[in-house]
Amino acid sequence: MNPADAATHPFTDAAATALADPAGVAQRDMLARVTPQLRQRAVDEFGEFEALRQHLKRVRQHTLDNLDHYLPRFELEATHNGTRVHYAETARDLNGIVLDICREHGVRRVAKGKSMVTEETELTASLEREGLQVVETDLGEYIVQLAGEKPAHIVGPARHKSIAQIRELFLKAHKLGERKLESAEDLVAEARRIMREHFLQAEIGIIGANALIAENGYSMLVTNEGNGDLCASLPKVLIVCTTLDRLLPRATDAAALQRLLVRSATGQAQTCYTSFYAGPRREVDADGPLETHLVLLDNRRSDILGSDYRDMLQCIRCGACLNHCPIFAAAGGHAYGSVYPGPMGSVLAPLLESLEAHAELPNACTGCGRCEEVCPAAIPLPGLLRDLRHDESLQGIAPARWRRGLRLHAWLLRQPALYQWLTARAISLLNLLGRRRGSFRRLPFAGGWTGERDFPAPQRGTFMQQYRAELRKRERERARDRERADEQ
Amino acid sequence: MNDPSAPRVSLFVTCLADLLRPSVAFASLRLLERAGCIVHVPQAQTCCGQPAYNSGEYEAAVEVAKHTIEIFQDAEYVVVPSGSCAGMLCEHYPALLEGQWRERARELAAKTWELTSFLSEMVRLDRLPRATRPLPAITYHDSCAGLREMNVREQPRELLQRLRGVQVAEMEQTEVCCGFGGTFCAKMPAISAKMADDKLRNACDSGATMLTGGDLGCLLHLAGRARRLGVDLEFRHVAELLDGDLDTPSIGEAE
Repeated sequence: MNPADAATHPFTDAAATALADPAGVAQRDMLARVTPQLRQRAVDEFGEFEALRQHLKRVRQHTLDNLDHYLPRFELEATHNGTRVHYAETARDLNGIVLDICREHGVRRVAKGKSMVTEETELTASLEREGLQVVETDLGEYIVQLAGEKPAHIVGPARHKSIAQIRELFLKAHKLGERKLESAEDLVAEARRIMREHFLQAEIGIIGANALIAENGYSMLVTNEGNGDLCASLPKVLIVCTTLDRLLPRATDAAALQRLLVRSATGQAQTCYTSFYAGPRREVDADGPLETHLVLLDNRRSDILGSDYRDMLQCIRCGACLNHCPIFAAAGGHAYGSVYPGPMGSVLAPLLESLEAHAELPNACTGCGRCEEVCPAAIPLPGLLRDLRHDESLQGIAPARWRRGLRLHAWLLRQPALYQWLTARAISLLNLLGRRRGSFRRLPFAGGWTGERDFPAPQRGTFMQQYRAELRKRERERARDRERADEQ
Repeated sequence: MNDPSAPRVSLFVTCLADLLRPSVAFASLRLLERAGCIVHVPQAQTCCGQPAYNSGEYEAAVEVAKHTIEIFQDAEYVVVPSGSCAGMLCEHYPALLEGQWRERARELAAKTWELTSFLSEMVRLDRLPRATRPLPAITYHDSCAGLREMNVREQPRELLQRLRGVQVAEMEQTEVCCGFGGTFCAKMPAISAKMADDKLRNACDSGATMLTGGDLGCLLHLAGRARRLGVDLEFRHVAELLDGDLDTPSIGEAE
């Protein structure tokens, strides 16, 4: 047996566990029904979604093609606004830069907004190891933090949690005495009360960005809870953690992105808050941070830029591909073993980490194309996943047994006479064995199929066999007719 | 029969119909002839190469694609009783091949049709012989490639309504994949089965007792899962229903 055949299956194993939990399945099925409806309604009401999608795709392609122009421009403008721009090549570098800033200010308490980039670098754990107190201020992230888990969804980190589970977490974590927390509203009110204290005590705020605007050096952030703004304006120091693929030329481009992003993510026309962060407080400002930093993480993104997977850098992290993927709904976000799950994650995780470590993910796709259809950045996700399977084949990661079988099959397809001779015999045998029951419960070499479903028995003889017999019969009849005509 | 203006159609049988359900190909043939086409079945055809292509074995798929392109190069029309095989020829061959071969792939793509699209948009099919028995309540499974690559949605419903007087009982979530996905169903059987179960539940909830569709892959997978679970649904390809052949045992049914 090839070593690859014996490889572990972390994704399918975790998916099997997730499928064995009926409450979890019901929750994910409900979301898989509802979230596409919300998006569809918002897109229909907007009316110009497709045109804007194609427009923004061109803008972002242009930006990525001309990063050598837009990145220095952004840095210049941001620096001019008073923000210090840092470059982090690796996840460890980003965490180090943030830690250095915290140490410089003798900081102990950090209020953190939602940011997938810091999930990618595991910033919170890294700061906690250094003795800092880090509180996730996005409600979903906070719930996940209390549970000691990772986000299961890039937009709704705690969507996999039921109200009952969240209530349990709150009752355990908050020493507030007797209270009922019956409704979702009660839970939100409690979280708000707890969070308020953290905001007031925090000395540093850390947030992410949905867009970086080259022409004015601003970063844009959309939230529904306003926690990003409190992180950004109450503490003395603000750190924005993001990546170069958020870059856009103009403020109007960021506005266009926001229109696509919000409708794709939550089905809203507007998030409750859309904020632009310019830099530290000026003399005329009543509030705001005294110092602002922006850390740009690369973590292999410049490799992706120079590869055949460059389209992936157009992703705006809306989560629509997750919401529309039936495999994500079946397996749940945690099964992917990466902070980025679903179709976009199945492309990104192998690129950001390694194909070998995430070998199953490019195969977690039926090629149904729904993700590509709804992707606001028009990323050909199923095609990229197929290309990754091609890489798996080239690198010998795909099981050798599969590869040999598929290549032999493809060779046989180009030998029609042999193919038809062999298949005719195999089909006759299968028909003979299967015709009485109509289907097989078990078949040798087809365990992947018959493990979960019967194999419908074939009809008598292949089409090619039957069709040729019919052609021969017609030929004989014509010959007989000709003979008769000659005799007369 | 020898009308010089008659469309000359080359039938791409598809490997699944060839091997597992020839009645689909025979029904397609009869429908095309009834629509006034002169139908030819190139004998050297085998399979479009999706198993290799979708598994990332591009080099092997390229060779299969060239074989198919050569076989059909002289055809006026190529008609395929499958959305996914038609999508392979129309969408993926041109993307997979390069140079001169890409041009030839584009020529093939330009004349290739999914069966129900061809019957409803390219030819006149007005009357059909009576079906061998009355059709029951039917629901239609939109296969993903048919729906999203070949834009097949209304065509089969229109044909069933107009020629067989059947109004499709629509199921919920009809645009969601059934979990077949070619080799996916063998690579990740538990997830695939969950998706099939969702589809079967939606199909039963529609009130239909028969599920039809334009892709044998999905139908074999769903019929196999239904047999395993004891779900009481009948599965037939839409070509068989239009042709009116309801005497042939349905997919997975005993002879």
